[in-house]
Formats: sequence, C-alpha cells, structure tokens
Amino acid sequence: MKISENWLREWVNPDISSDDLVAQITMAGLEVDEVLPVASEFSGVVVGEIVSAEPHPNADKLQVCQVSDGSDVFQVVCGAPNARPGIKIPFAKIGALLGADFKIKKAKLRQVESFGMLCSASELGLSDDHDGIMELPSIAKVGENFRAFLDLDDSIIDVDLTPNRSDCLSLAGLAREVGVLNKTDVTPVDIVASIASIDDVFPVRVDAGEACSRYLGRVIRGVNVKAQSPLWMVEKLRRSGIRSIDPIVDITNYVMIELGQPMHAFDLANLSGSIVVRMATEGEKIVLLDGQKIALREDTLLIADDKAPLAIAGVMGGEGSGVNAETQDIFLESAFFAPLALAGKARSYGLHTDASHRYERGVDATLQEKAIERATALLLSIAGGQAGPVTHAVHDAFLPEAAVVTLRRKKLDQYLALSIDKDLVTDILTRLGLEMLDVTDEVWVAKSPSHRFDIAIEADLIEEVARIYGYDNLPSSMPQAAVNFTPLSEGKVAIQALRSTLVSQGYQEAVTYSFIDPNLSKQFLPNIEPVPLANPISADMGVMRPSLLPGLVKAYLYNQNRQQSRVRLFETGRRFIGSVEALADLDQQEQISGLIAGSRDSEAWYHNAEKVDFYDLKAHVEALFALNDGGQPTYERSRCEFLHPGRSADIYLDGVFVGLMGELHPQLSKVLGANQPIYVFDIALNAVLNATLPEYKAVSRFPEVRRDLALLVDRSVPVSSLEKVISEVAGDAFKGVLVFDVYQGQGIDDTKKSVALGLTWQHPSHTLSDEEVNNSVEQTVTALSEQLGAVVRG
Amino acid sequence: MENLKQILADALSAVAASESESALDDVRVHYLGKKGALTALLKQLGNVSAEDRPKFGQMVNEAKDQVQEKITERKAMLTSAALNAKLATETIDISLSGKGQEVGGLHPVTRTMERIETFFRGIGFDVAAGPEIEDDYHNFEALNIPAHHPARAMQDTFYFNPTTVLRTHTSPVQVRTMEQTQPPIRIICPGRVYRCDSDQTHTPMFHQVEGLLIDENISFADLKGILQQFLNVFFEDDLKVRFRPSYFPFTEPSIEVDIMRTNSKGEESWLEVLGCGMVHPKVLEMSGIDSEKYTGFAFGMGVERFAMLRYKVDDLRMFFENDLRFLKQFK
Repeated sequence: MKISENWLREWVNPDISSDDLVAQITMAGLEVDEVLPVASEFSGVVVGEIVSAEPHPNADKLQVCQVSDGSDVFQVVCGAPNARPGIKIPFAKIGALLGADFKIKKAKLRQVESFGMLCSASELGLSDDHDGIMELPSIAKVGENFRAFLDLDDSIIDVDLTPNRSDCLSLAGLAREVGVLNKTDVTPVDIVASIASIDDVFPVRVDAGEACSRYLGRVIRGVNVKAQSPLWMVEKLRRSGIRSIDPIVDITNYVMIELGQPMHAFDLANLSGSIVVRMATEGEKIVLLDGQKIALREDTLLIADDKAPLAIAGVMGGEGSGVNAETQDIFLESAFFAPLALAGKARSYGLHTDASHRYERGVDATLQEKAIERATALLLSIAGGQAGPVTHAVHDAFLPEAAVVTLRRKKLDQYLALSIDKDLVTDILTRLGLEMLDVTDEVWVAKSPSHRFDIAIEADLIEEVARIYGYDNLPSSMPQAAVNFTPLSEGKVAIQALRSTLVSQGYQEAVTYSFIDPNLSKQFLPNIEPVPLANPISADMGVMRPSLLPGLVKAYLYNQNRQQSRVRLFETGRRFIGSVEALADLDQQEQISGLIAGSRDSEAWYHNAEKVDFYDLKAHVEALFALNDGGQPTYERSRCEFLHPGRSADIYLDGVFVGLMGELHPQLSKVLGANQPIYVFDIALNAVLNATLPEYKAVSRFPEVRRDLALLVDRSVPVSSLEKVISEVAGDAFKGVLVFDVYQGQGIDDTKKSVALGLTWQHPSHTLSDEEVNNSVEQTVTALSEQLGAVVRG
Repeated sequence: MENLKQILADALSAVAASESESALDDVRVHYLGKKGALTALLKQLGNVSAEDRPKFGQMVNEAKDQVQEKITERKAMLTSAALNAKLATETIDISLSGKGQEVGGLHPVTRTMERIETFFRGIGFDVAAGPEIEDDYHNFEALNIPAHHPARAMQDTFYFNPTTVLRTHTSPVQVRTMEQTQPPIRIICPGRVYRCDSDQTHTPMFHQVEGLLIDENISFADLKGILQQFLNVFFEDDLKVRFRPSYFPFTEPSIEVDIMRTNSKGEESWLEVLGCGMVHPKVLEMSGIDSEKYTGFAFGMGVERFAMLRYKVDDLRMFFENDLRFLKQFK
C-alpha cells in the first residue's frame, strides 16, 4: 500500500526523521518496499496564469502566451494544444531548475523570444501525463510557489504488507501502528454523523447473513457528479496510486484508503425494488464495470436488486448500476463481508481489486458506520446533495467474535529465552489495542481488537510482544543438544563422490529444467506420455521430463551453437513417469545422466583430436559402478528408440534394469541439428550408490603365470562370452583374463574377429608347474572351441 | 727414491689427463698392472739395503694406493659426466601442457548447496529428500495454508490438477519427516522447487534449502544463534545481520533475515537472504507432534541467491542456460 508521509504525519507525528520512520515500520514487520518523492526535484516553478495566447507567426503548432506570475507578465512560447487564456498552470520561470541539468533560460523559438516554460505533469515528475500542460484549479493563487501549493515536499511510502496485516491496509491502521511503536498519540480524523435531511430510504435485505453480517446503506439525493474533487484529495489519492475519476468514486476510494473500509455507490435510479445480499445462482450473469461478462458460480456472494445482480460483493460493481455522468441520486454501501466467504473468489474470476484485497484479508467489522458517515460528510461538502438516514441490516449472530487468548509467562519466556517485564508486556499488548481481561504473574488473558484478524492463539501474542520489543533486541544463543551420531555408513556412496568422479573425467555439471517441450519428449520417447502441467510457463516447458537426456541434449546443442565442440555434461535429478491421477505410483526416480561429444581430450599438441566413442562413455559408466565396488553391472544390447541400435546398451545390476547408454540415434541427432555423434548415459541414481565394504583376502606368495591366447571367433560372439567360458573352465588357480587386442579386417575371414587374451593363474599354496598350467590352457581352448567355435590362431 | 717420486708424479698427471674410461684403464695398467711402473719398483726391492727396505716398500705401496684412489675418483667423475651429457640430449619443453583429461566442475548451485549442507551436517542435521510432484495437503494444507488462503497467492503455483502441484518449497519434506518421526528432529531439505514466474529475477525452477529443528525448549534465541553463525560461516565474514518480523502461515513468529551489503560505491543496504520462524503450533499438531511439549524453528533459503552473492553472478538465468563458458568458471 502506498501512502503519503505527510498525510500519515497528520495523524501521528513522532519526532523522528523520515528514514528512521521507514526503518521503524520495516522492523515492525511492515516492510517498506520503497520510498519515492511525490514529484521530481525542481525549483523556481510558480502558479502562473495565461493572460493571452496568440498563434506563433512562424510555426503552426506553437503559441505565444503572455503569462502572469502575479506581479509581472512574461512572454512564453508554448507547444501545448491546451494552452489558452484564463487557465492556471505551473510556470517555470527563468532560472528554474527542472532536474539537475535542465535550467530554464531565455530562449528564442523561431525568432520569437520566450521567457520561461509552461509545464506538463510529467515534466514535474507528478505523473506520466504529458498530454499538454497541467491545468490547475481556479482557486490556485497566482504567484504561489508550486511545490508549496501542492505540498510536494513529501514522500510516498510503499509498504508491502503481508496477508496477516490487513489492519494496516489504511492510513488509520498504519498510524495506529506508528503510534504503538513510538508510544505517541494518534489523532484520527474527526467524524461527525450527518443529520438526515430527507427521509428517503432504500430497503435492504440480507439473505446471506453468514457471509454478510453487516450491511449499511444510505440514500443521498441531488449530488453533483460533475463537481470537482478538491485538489488535496486528488493529490492524496495520487500519492496512493489512485487516479481521480469523479467526486463520488474519489470519495469512496478516499475513505477506503483513509479508514480501510471499501465502499460502493449505486445510481439510485438504476435500482429496482430493494437491495438483496444473496448467493448467486449457478450460471447467473453479470456485466462488470470493466465491461467483462461473467457467468457466476453459486459460491459467489452478490449484491442484487429485485431484478438482477448489481455487483460481486466486495469485488467489483456491475456496469449498469454504478454512478455515471448523469447520476443525481445515489445509494451508498458500507458493508462487512466475511473473509472466508470472499477468500479466493476474486482470483477465481481472474479479478483482483483494492476492495477484494482488503475483504479477503479482513476488514474491521465495527468500521462500517464510521465509514459511511465519513463518506457522507465528504460527499455533502464536495458534491452537495441531501442525505437520508442510514439503513442497518445486521446479523448479530454472524458478526466476528473477538478472540480471547491466554498468554502464559512460562511459554513466553521459553519461546524467547528471555523474561520480559510484566508491565512492559501488558503495555505492549494494550497499546496494540488488546483488552486485558486478566493479568497475573502467570498469565495475560487478552481480547483481540476488532481490526486484528491474526490473533487467535498464544503464539500470536508471543509474536506481538516479540515484534514490538524488537527481534534484534532478543537474545541469541546456540541450541544445546545431546551429541548423537548416526553410523557412518560405508554401504552407500556419497553422491558427492559420484559427482567428483565425473568431474575428474572432464564433465561439467548441468542443471536443466524439470519441464521440457512435449514435442522433444516425444522425439526421444514416443511411447511415453509425459506428465503435463495444467498451467505451464510456456508451451516449450509444458511437460515434466520423463528422462534427463532431452534436456542435456538441448544443452549440448546450445553449446554447439556457441562454438563449443567438445562437450561433457552430467546432471542429477528426478525424472517423472506415470500419471498424477495415481500420485503414489508416479515414478519420480532420481537419475544420474551424462553426455559426451567431440574429441577425447581437449585439442592439444600430443594427439590428433580423436573423437570420443562408445568405449569412452563405457569407462565413465564403469567408473560410477566401480566406485566403492558397488556391484558388477552387465550390459545387454539395447532396443531404446533414441539410441543407435548397434552402439547402445541396457545396463543391468543383479538382473535388474538400471539404465542405458550409447550413441544417440544418428537420425534423431540429425533432426535435432547435432553436427557430430553424441554419447549419453542415463542410470538410476540408486544403482550407483551401493558400496561394498572391503574384506581382506591373503595375498599369495607364489608366482603368477601368464599365458596369451589368440583366438578367431565369429564377430557376433561378444568377448564377454569368451570371458565367461574361461572363468568357468580355467581351473581353481585361475586368476583373471584381460583382452589386449581385438582385430577384424584384412587377413582374416569377413565373418570372424581375432581376439587376443592374457590369462593368469596363481595358486595360494604352491608354485604352479608347467604341466598344471598347460592342462588348464588345454581345457580352456577345448571349451572355447566347443561352446563358441573359437579357434586358436596359428 | 727419486725415481719413485717421478713415477708417482707422472702417474697422477696421467690420471688427471685421462678423458675416457678406457684411457684411464690404460693408465692403470701402465702404472699398477703386473708389468706396471710402480709394480716394477716393488720387484726391485731386493736391490735396496735391508735397512731401507721396509721404508721403501711402504712408500711404494702408499704411492700405488694414491694412484688407485685417484683413478677411482677420476672414473666416477667421467661416468657422471657421460650421464649428464646423455641427459642433456633428452631435455624436453616442460612448459607444454600435461596429457590427459582436464577436469570439469560442479554447477555453482550444487557447490553452494554442498557448502550449506556441510555447515548443517556439522551441527548434527540430517539431509532429507522428498517428491517434487506433491499433493496439495503436504505442500499447503499441512503447512497451515488452507485453500483460498491469501498466502497461496504469495506463491504462484504450478498445477497438474486441483489437488496436485509442483512443490513450491521444500517444506513438504519437513511435513513428511514430522509425520514419520518424533522429536528431536534436525533436518535440512535441499532441492528443486517451482513457481509459475519467469522474468529477469525469477526462474520457474530454483533451489531451496530448508531446515527444521524440533526439540524440547527450542527458542527464538536458538534460531537467531544458528542462522547468524551460518551466515558468518557461509560468507566467511562477520556479517551485520538483522531479524525482521514477517509472515509465513507455517511459522509464528515469522522472521525475515537481512544482511548488510556494501556496493562498489561503498553504499550500504539491507538484502533479504532467508525466511524463518518458530514452527506454528498448528503445523506441529497436524503432523502429530505435541506442541505443548515441543517447540522448534524452521528456515528456508534460496540457493541461487546465495550463489549469486557468493560468486558475484548478476544474472539469475545464467544458472539454467548450461553455457559451458559460464559453467567452466566454477572449477
């Protein structure tokens, strides 16, 4: 809420500077967003009057005006179309400063001399209005300093109020708070009830008493809607960010800002029969002030007459029933609507108004009469007319009840770790408007004031005491707790270790959005229906990612387009597969995913920028699994749609599918615009978080024996099959096998490949004899030949 | 006698003049060999008077030792010189880069999150995680934000359907923890959160670390103490910090914490860095914790904001562009 500091100081004027006042309000929980000057810094501007205006001899769009400053008359050339004799305007005289670098000097415009400038509101920083010069009311005294005339040495304080502090959504509320903080008296505006000069009433019937427990109305006849709102009111409204419309609207707005009571005025001539406050019927239509036609729901509170809805209660008036240029008689409304009845309603229709903002958060239910009298008095004095008596429609049973809350000394001390003096606590609560029903050494029993909707439990009172006492004045300490350590599990790899494994392989960690383009999702996973957002930020962030890879590939393309040809990225995060209709079954599994493309090492002097391939990627994947010996994965040829069918693998751990890896399908790669092969992996994070506790086995003291085998075998036979057979038949002393060469091509059959293996044996308790090893080799060769058709090369 | 002196002098100068191991060997043979000059002198021992014989014998032997010693010395010197000459030819340019992988780096958000986690783990907090697609109950209701509460408008929520949302904060993890555990509870919940907002200073996804401590006798003072410590430790600075009343539906009292920042012109201003408060008794009760017996506090911070302050990043959106030229700055 924006409010003029000078206006606030009319109500409560503590002896502190503006800066201190702003800091104080902020530190009381009413955060000041910004403090703005009400006008730009200027000087030398006075109220002037145009005495005459003649066309410029040399320019069609300029006029030559004679302008009086009360004592002298100056010739001023002016381009504003509204410059005309008789109007009063802000007049910047020679020497005036409009901003730091803008000094008004004598000038010649198309050969005509000009002594000063007539100003628009925007030139003075008063508004964005630069349509011509600013016209001042006729009461303005010619020659008066313009800043003094409009009281421009003032600031706009913009307070960002949290939803619980609706009591401060008014000048009166802010003044009350400032009064409490400074222990200063507040001088509220004097409100005198207008005596009814006519008997006219308009009947009011409240059907929805729970939603509207107090409805006050009053007929005022013979108002002049064409009357001018007084400048002080226009200026105060402007400083609260509200434009002047006509005196009736201005006054209802003014009372809302001043006292916090939203009000509405109907054109009496457009009301039929009686005012009925009721719930809408489903589908009932209303055309709002802003021209929108709305079909209502039955949970919506309406102000209607005997024929039709007139307004959505507490939100916005209807088009047909409001005050217009022809209005003569009005019906003024001042009502209390229950916050719960209005909560969320405006938003559900896409509306948000000053009134709905206040009603949803809570308007003081005792304020309606005061407000209607204040508005009546202002109306009669500004727009004339005759007021009838106030009609009251009240449902006592539904009026909000003041909460009675007990604050215990014990709880207060425990919460704040401080024992605040009893009298001080009582004083703080009393100044905040709470009525003390009982005060002892153990408790304060307090009744909350009607303007506070946020005091219901003990903690609320603790907060009030703490807030006024000052959070910064409360003690600070470190909590004491029993030292209690959870076991240091070695059965889990820390995610940090996984990340640093990849980082040491040259990967940069990426963070991509969890929502992606549904089309991209389909390009990767045509058979998975991604989870769509109901209100995405944009269409290309429309669905939750079913995999981290589309996002990583997109990040690759982003970098490719920025001349980064060598890319290594990884990401950890959740992927989403399933339906929100079965939320408990929705898969939100955490994945670790990576992407590599480009040269194996950064381009450098020692190599020929060889590109990465499947086996580079596999080394990285193996490293993740090998970290802390978390289990030996197996690799099966993958059928994944978005991977190269010959260069991809599904990864299994203990027979369970845990992820996949391989080259991105060249077709997809091409469609997406990649200019080189991309290799990706995508693994369930859980699968690589396992660790095995190492267990020592005695190291043999006897020598190791190695024999090499060169085998010819069908290309279709995976090396892993050779390894498997060998490990089964190579005997008890067999230690391991390594593959030191694989060759296919010239010199051997097209259908075959040559595989060179190094086998090692070592016995725990004796030196192996040649014969023993030879037997094992023989058994192995036979088994390989029988089971896999492998032939030893000559 | 004169002869011995001359032979010794000749031998020593021959050793010193030898430029190779073979030349040195020739010298050795020439003087110390079976037919060597010094050996020959010993053979003449019979010609020396019996009286002088022991003395002469001793002198010849000393001369032999001296020559042998010089030969050994000279040999070591020649070997080392030869090695040095060989090594000199093997010299390489040590300024060239090493072979192999250059290291990558962590995302600044992760790096920041790990710093935050390290502090809180150090004082006994565990790390908890939970789903990102959440039900309305855990994201709102259980945190004292009923439907249509104005506070719901404080957070622009992504919906899937009227009762399923993308979590707007990591607080639902706190709720889930409270539902499953009794105090003492000390957890932090780092993770992704989502709000339907996108402009210069907002991204629709960002990261939070929220924390919760519930025990008997936890007070506002404990909250102040821990958070002040945390900020000092995180920023490695003795920061000026202020605790300002605010409002969150799930805490009472509620607090926002500002730190004092000084810009390049030396101007000071307060900057909000985290929100916190004493857990609202209703929130405790809803998750089955006795609010008479236990009190606690909760806090939450935006990780990107901390990363921006720490690493002087001035554009929030850089965090999610995944531009290698940005990421590689975080080694």
